Amino acid sequence: MNSTALHPPTTPAPAPTAARADRRALLRRSGRYWPAAVLLLLVVAPYSALPLPGLLDGPVGSPGNLQLLALCLVFGALATGYDLLLGRTGLLSFGHALYFAAGTYATNTLMLESGLGFWPAALLGLAFGTLLAALLGSVSLRVSGIGFSMVTLAFAQAGSILVNRDPGGVTGGEEGRAAQGLPGAFVGIDHTANLYWVALGYLVLTLAAVHWAVRSPTGRVWEGIKENERRVEVLGLRPYGYKLVAFTLAGALAALGGVVYLLLTGGATPQTTTSDFTLSLLVMVVLGGSGSRWGPMVGGILYTWAQQRLTDLAGTGAVAGLPAVLRVPLSQPLFLLGALFVLIVYALPGGVVRLPEHIRAVRAARREQRQQRVEQRGRTAA
Amino acid sequence: MSVLVLLTLTGLGLGALYFLVASGLSLIFGLMDVLNFAHGALLAVGAYATWWAASRGSGFVLAVLFGTAVGTAAAVLLELGLIRRLYARPREQVLVTVGVGLAVPALLSAIWGSDARTFPTPAALAGTVRVLGAVIPVNRLLLIGAAVLVLAGLELFLGRTRFGLVVRAGVEDRAMVTALGIDVRRAFTLVFALGGAAAALAGALGGVYFGEVDPGQGSSLLIFAFVVVVMGGMGSVRGAALASVVVGLVQQFANYYTTGGLGDLSVVVLLAALLLLRPRGLTGRLA
Repeated sequence: MNSTALHPPTTPAPAPTAARADRRALLRRSGRYWPAAVLLLLVVAPYSALPLPGLLDGPVGSPGNLQLLALCLVFGALATGYDLLLGRTGLLSFGHALYFAAGTYATNTLMLESGLGFWPAALLGLAFGTLLAALLGSVSLRVSGIGFSMVTLAFAQAGSILVNRDPGGVTGGEEGRAAQGLPGAFVGIDHTANLYWVALGYLVLTLAAVHWAVRSPTGRVWEGIKENERRVEVLGLRPYGYKLVAFTLAGALAALGGVVYLLLTGGATPQTTTSDFTLSLLVMVVLGGSGSRWGPMVGGILYTWAQQRLTDLAGTGAVAGLPAVLRVPLSQPLFLLGALFVLIVYALPGGVVRLPEHIRAVRAARREQRQQRVEQRGRTAA
Repeated sequence: MSVLVLLTLTGLGLGALYFLVASGLSLIFGLMDVLNFAHGALLAVGAYATWWAASRGSGFVLAVLFGTAVGTAAAVLLELGLIRRLYARPREQVLVTVGVGLAVPALLSAIWGSDARTFPTPAALAGTVRVLGAVIPVNRLLLIGAAVLVLAGLELFLGRTRFGLVVRAGVEDRAMVTALGIDVRRAFTLVFALGGAAAALAGALGGVYFGEVDPGQGSSLLIFAFVVVVMGGMGSVRGAALASVVVGLVQQFANYYTTGGLGDLSVVVLLAALLLLRPRGLTGRLA
């Protein structure tokens, strides 16, 4: 894949001596373990009192920041799961919010209505979301292309209307419903670190699951379907079953995310069922880089962080004092994100994760130009 | 009886609103394979421009003309500025429209606030008329009239003019039209302008219909417009007209005779069922 793009750029040495080559090999080898280092940093983040001015308000380990970071991690994971469809199998689903909301709502409703504890309710909620994805996926995948997108949209919209209709008072309608009976270790401002670790665990699990699935034989067929579905058929494989596996796995990951989100926000809200929610996932994936290992995660984290921080920023006096030309767009994070998104689609088709690679390519081209110029000058001098 | 008339006419009014949004969407998709997510934004632009002009004391007709003109200009700008450059990358075109559809309503709510603004409806349109014993709001009839005019205009344009011929041929087989030495891209701009005008008109008249304008109005109508486009068969104006009548009527009747909200549900279920049974839509064009 484009893992080369993700290694920190090493400065090219003009004439590597043996010692320097050794050092570079060592660097590269240890560079391979950077995800582990990042993970370690993320695990110990709640103990840190380090302030990140500009990025976060106050020290990293404060409950407010941990909550924001946890939200970022959850959306990073959600986008990674969504990219299993978009970037890995080439399926454009407009109904991913449904399976996420299914996890949240099923778990919450089971806890509130039947008095189940959190863990059994969460298990059942996850199972419900997965089954729903398998069932609706098996129906939606009978049509392909834009028809598939529209059927998934229709199902998700039906779910959204149902939730807003509040049948029998179980979903809470437009208000949503606050959860009750969550385990004590996940409730209250003192336990934000636990929530953060749960979110981190969910992200790691999602990354591992997607990584494993994509490299499995099924994953290779997905890649084939994405490139050319007809050719996969000619090879004697039925794409339908493979696509259904991708859809169900993505749905299960989304439902699990819904359960984590329930813990994180302490309730279910109908905003998570809307088509706007799915569209925001799409924006995250493309922003970060669809079809790459880290791209969707980066996009999800970036989007969530930007939305939250820009909203905070808009509320401060610093923005209110600006002239209207600056104040108006700055007060609407969605405007900035939308504009940034259009810019990325134009200037950086592979998403944010392609940025280092892009810069390197530009630099290499410039170096080549310079070399050519030098050679030309040499020739004319001769 | 009066209830039936009322439901039929209000259903047709709703269908007319859907048709105004969906006709442009359908043509754009048929010709360019772009699912235009910015169509709701064009509608919102038209609605706000009309509201702006109307609340500054210009007459209603003038305000609607102004709103439609602004919406058309916005659509042309979108096509020339953003869509055209991505000619060879259809997926990116869709993504760009998603971004625009996100940014424009946010910009509108940044300028005029995210709360709904009351639309200054002229007195002549605020009243009701009696039709066969039923009391019908005038604005529903206005919408139906506008939709019929737009449909007739589009039919005439597509059927009788040279540009219409190019558009129809392009919907049928774009590569062939290009091979015959006709610059289809000019038709793209034209179709975007037409679609933008219809959407902006829908926004302007939607302001009368709902009695207010808000930044998110376009996006909520867009979903039902998608339903109409898919049901009618992509690229078919007549199919979109038929489907919008069906959707509007089903929605009104189901909302009245069953509990509220079930009408919306039945529409999306209808779409799913139709796509699964007839993947090519009502009129048989490839969906």
